[in-house]
Amino acid sequence: MKESKRDFITGAEVVIKACRDAGADIMYGYPITPTCEILSGWINEGYASLQTEDEIAAGFGVCGAVLAGQKAFTASSGPGHILLQDAFAMAEGMRLPFVMIVGQRGGPSSGTVIYSQQEVMLSCFGGNGEGMRFVYSPSSLNELYSLTRLAFNDAWKYRFPAVLLTDGYMLKTTGVIEWEKIKDVENSPTFTRLSDGANVHWPNIYTAEEELYEEVMVMNKDYKKAASKVAKAEEYLTKDAKILLVAHGIVAASAKEAIVELRKKGVKVGLFRPTTLRPFSKKQFDKAASNKSVKKILVAESSLGQLARIVHDEMDPEICKPFAYLQKPALGIEIEDIYNFVLKNNK
Amino acid sequence: MPEAKFCVGCGHPIALMALNKVLDEMGLTKKAVLGLDIGCSLLAWNYLPVNTFQTHHGRVTPTMLAFKRARPGSICLAYAGDGGSYAIGWQSLFHAARRDEPITVIVINNTIYAMTGGQTAPTTMHGEKTPTSPNGYPDEPFHGPEILKDIVKPGAYIARTAVNDMAQMRMFIKKAIETQQAGHFSLVEFLSLCPVNWHTNGPDTLKFLEENMKPVFKVGEIAG
Ligand SMILES: Cc1ncc(C[n+]2csc(CCOP(=O)(O)OP(=O)(O)O)c2C)c(N)n1
Ligand code: SF4
Repeated sequence: MKESKRDFITGAEVVIKACRDAGADIMYGYPITPTCEILSGWINEGYASLQTEDEIAAGFGVCGAVLAGQKAFTASSGPGHILLQDAFAMAEGMRLPFVMIVGQRGGPSSGTVIYSQQEVMLSCFGGNGEGMRFVYSPSSLNELYSLTRLAFNDAWKYRFPAVLLTDGYMLKTTGVIEWEKIKDVENSPTFTRLSDGANVHWPNIYTAEEELYEEVMVMNKDYKKAASKVAKAEEYLTKDAKILLVAHGIVAASAKEAIVELRKKGVKVGLFRPTTLRPFSKKQFDKAASNKSVKKILVAESSLGQLARIVHDEMDPEICKPFAYLQKPALGIEIEDIYNFVLKNNK
Repeated sequence: MPEAKFCVGCGHPIALMALNKVLDEMGLTKKAVLGLDIGCSLLAWNYLPVNTFQTHHGRVTPTMLAFKRARPGSICLAYAGDGGSYAIGWQSLFHAARRDEPITVIVINNTIYAMTGGQTAPTTMHGEKTPTSPNGYPDEPFHGPEILKDIVKPGAYIARTAVNDMAQMRMFIKKAIETQQAGHFSLVEFLSLCPVNWHTNGPDTLKFLEENMKPVFKVGEIAG
């Protein structure tokens, strides 16, 4: 943590500091906008690193380091994130605490290079498995720091891979971080099954279908147990809300500011903001959504419904409330956009 | 989509002009297909009067060899940076060369990853400083053409030229395309210019090419 009370700092610098404070020993990476500054910044600090020949090698580099008991991470975006899902799937299968910082950019394909919320599905379900990973979505620089720390801690504590899901606006722009508002936490210790002479024989491929089934069911049990601790969300003015807004990341930051203005006009609107997209805070959401005062649920996101899909998938089917969507794939969502959208739906 | 432009003093447009001239002279403009890697190569998407498309970073070679197999009469040009060719795309390039796929690969060697801000590439030279090698690159640079020379089949063509030698560029591109027409693999590496990421002015940019790059990367015909 920092001695100064606040800093004027970029998101990339925040990530580097958080990874270091979380005890990260090494970064494996390949340059891609908007996460280049994490790689070059980490290297320029003199910390251990390897710029690999591509993201496939970076991802398996993280796996190898973690197998050996090191805290390792990578950072990428879009097309690079797709390639990293290969190694991330191995981490999921072998319960490796693989930490990946994702700065979402516009997609599909090379798309645009700074911003979107289109890597939600890839982060949550990008492997050939059941999506047993943790995905954190910060809304501010303070949270970028604390959720990065948490991603390392949860990954090592529960042995599931973790994604810190952010975007290029957050990483590239300079803002104020208020250190005094961040609670310091203890780091999870590292471990390795493969200590010298341990004589461990560790498969990730199975001949008997029942064997894999058993393995996945154990994993599922562990994941569910972890989920009850890991899943988190913030509620803002939801108690009396007639309109329940759902948003994550920097869209949720705009939503909060829109709500302040709307409340001044007497519009009863509140925000449900998942800080983990996976696991999703299902119970808390169901409670907020089933609140009698809630007449309509609005989901706002910079994608064509990736957050909405999660909400619908997780929500108790008994909750019958009308929905409306503000969806701008790979476009920023401004305070005014949300303000007008809520007003339109408040008739 | 707005027109994308190369920076002033860039080597990419010089190499592309040479390519265009040769295609025109050979009467192949209509048969040519230009596949672009992602890197500053992508800026060429509307630059030449030939069918052009962008692919992914490192993936232009496998895309173009399949295009060629589907349409053998076309002239397939896979255009990429040194990172796209020798780092993320090396595996595909290596096997395309080994199988003698009849395409022409054009590699723009500017010793760095230009599009993403000048990070270290496989071609970064010993001691060269980049944002990811702040103390100077500790390794030796990668010589793609020299390695491929040992694995290509008879009939393949591999050469290295530089963007300040128009006559040589045109001669090598012509031979490479003739090689493709004869059914063999060809590759030409161009020593290029990137004043933006080298942080050089006009004269120093050419000096970097002549005095730093040329002694390390020998121009000339390497195979065929
Ligand atoms: C899978 C993937 N990883 C990373 C990137 C980001 N990226 C875009 S261009 C580039 C490097 C370009 O360098 P080079 O191929 O040498 O071409 P140049 O820009 O120097 O011409 C990178 C790493 C990407 N688009 N896709
Ligand atoms: S960054 Fe370098 S290689 Fe890219 S267009 Fe500019 S001068 Fe050319």
